Amino acid sequence: MKDESLNDAIISVKDLKKSFGGTEVLDGVDLDVYKGDVIAIIGPSGCGKSTFLRCLNCLEDPSGGSIFFEGEDLADMKVDINVHRQKIGMVFQQFNLFNNLTVLQNIMLAPVTVAKKNLRATKRKNFFIKVSNIFKKKDNKKELLPLGKTKAEFTEDAKNKAMELLGKIGLTEKADVYPSTLSGGQKQRIAIVRALAMNPKVMLFDEPTSALDPEMVGEVLDLIKKLANEGMTMVIVTHEMGFAREIATRVLFMADKGIAEQGTPEQIFEHPQNPRTIQFLNAVL
Amino acid sequence: MKTSWNLFKTQFITYGGYKTVLNGLLTTVEIAVFGLIIGVIIGTLIAIVKVMPKYKKLPRVLDKICTVYVAFFRGTPMVVQLLLGYFVLLPSLGIAADGVTVAITIFGLNSGAYVSEMMRSGIQSVDGGQLEASRALGLTYWTSMMKVVIPQSVKNILPTLGNEFISLVKETSVVSFIAVVDITKAFRSIGDANYEYIIPYLMLAAVYLILVLLITWGIKVMERRMKRNER
Repeated sequence: MKDESLNDAIISVKDLKKSFGGTEVLDGVDLDVYKGDVIAIIGPSGCGKSTFLRCLNCLEDPSGGSIFFEGEDLADMKVDINVHRQKIGMVFQQFNLFNNLTVLQNIMLAPVTVAKKNLRATKRKNFFIKVSNIFKKKDNKKELLPLGKTKAEFTEDAKNKAMELLGKIGLTEKADVYPSTLSGGQKQRIAIVRALAMNPKVMLFDEPTSALDPEMVGEVLDLIKKLANEGMTMVIVTHEMGFAREIATRVLFMADKGIAEQGTPEQIFEHPQNPRTIQFLNAVL
Repeated sequence: MKTSWNLFKTQFITYGGYKTVLNGLLTTVEIAVFGLIIGVIIGTLIAIVKVMPKYKKLPRVLDKICTVYVAFFRGTPMVVQLLLGYFVLLPSLGIAADGVTVAITIFGLNSGAYVSEMMRSGIQSVDGGQLEASRALGLTYWTSMMKVVIPQSVKNILPTLGNEFISLVKETSVVSFIAVVDITKAFRSIGDANYEYIIPYLMLAAVYLILVLLITWGIKVMERRMKRNER
């Protein structure tokens, strides 16, 4: 479903609802994420922060409402969600690196698989064009689609890109080891890089530092900060209030099945209006 | 004992019994190996259908079909399935196939039913986050299963899969029901020649034992190899 009246938001959430069984978790959430936004979502546990984030790329199917990404409603079951997920990076609390693949393979898996799939699709289309050309007149024949890069070429590209990204986080020498040998901080930085390898338009972080030892939190936060400075659009669910305050362009406080209060970090942390926000900040700060 | 041994020797070497035995051994291994390969493929497919999210109609229909399939192949004896395949299904479909092909097919179909349950528990033992991470990267359910989840679950169920292979090897001893000469039938025919069974059947047991020990060793080696990415 296309909707031209939409503004230039990258993700536009309208009246999002989500319930598990009979329990309502989100009740009518609206949010526009613009290019370059760094949105921090804070709030008490169990208030639906993670669920909201997971709805954005339909890891949880919304029960109602719409999520517009590039003009298409992801909540619509007919939309090919996989194509859109390729442009929405996601980082999990538990890292979720693929245990059966090396670090390099982890990063290359998605770009190579997607390129392979596209190549196969083009070849298939060309085959049908060829078949239909048999029945057409000489000057009426349809041209074949360009195949683009060969398998060897895009694999090489993906590898170069992966090594470049690993270089950026200083883990080039870990390219050929399995995830089980890495520390939590290394795993999470590689998980971030794995998402970046797909050139996402927006990155979603689901409590990226909650499963880390305190000494490793810093290195992951530094990487996220670096991304923010490079202009990456991000939505971050976090419990690190200092971090949220420092890098966020907007802070959302979620409570009672929705967004209770939102504003700049200064507004939320210095002059909260909603009593729930005040209560929460008093408890955590 | 002495005469028994001499009778066996004459039959085995002078009358060329060793050829029958070697061919029989080959047939046994062939049926077990190809049966396992078919079984693993079918079992994996069934397991994927079983764990698939069931929002749409197609997975639900496939699920029903798989349930019936598993119920049939686990609920009837292997011998009966062989007999049905060879003496009922083949003639009624008018297909010309030899006993070995039928045996491989039936063993594959049968072990598929068992492997599917192992594979399902293997898939469920893999952390759900693995599938989630793969789907979040934009890979399809099918690709995610094949590239990420199944390789990890195979590692988890390798010992049980080895058990299945061992019991498959031993179960092949019934294929003489459909006129296939396997290792059991080969040794029996040597015994039949003089009605002297002691040595042939002791040898037969030894051959099965050696086969199984070889498989056990092979599985251990494979397991050690696959453990490499754990440390």
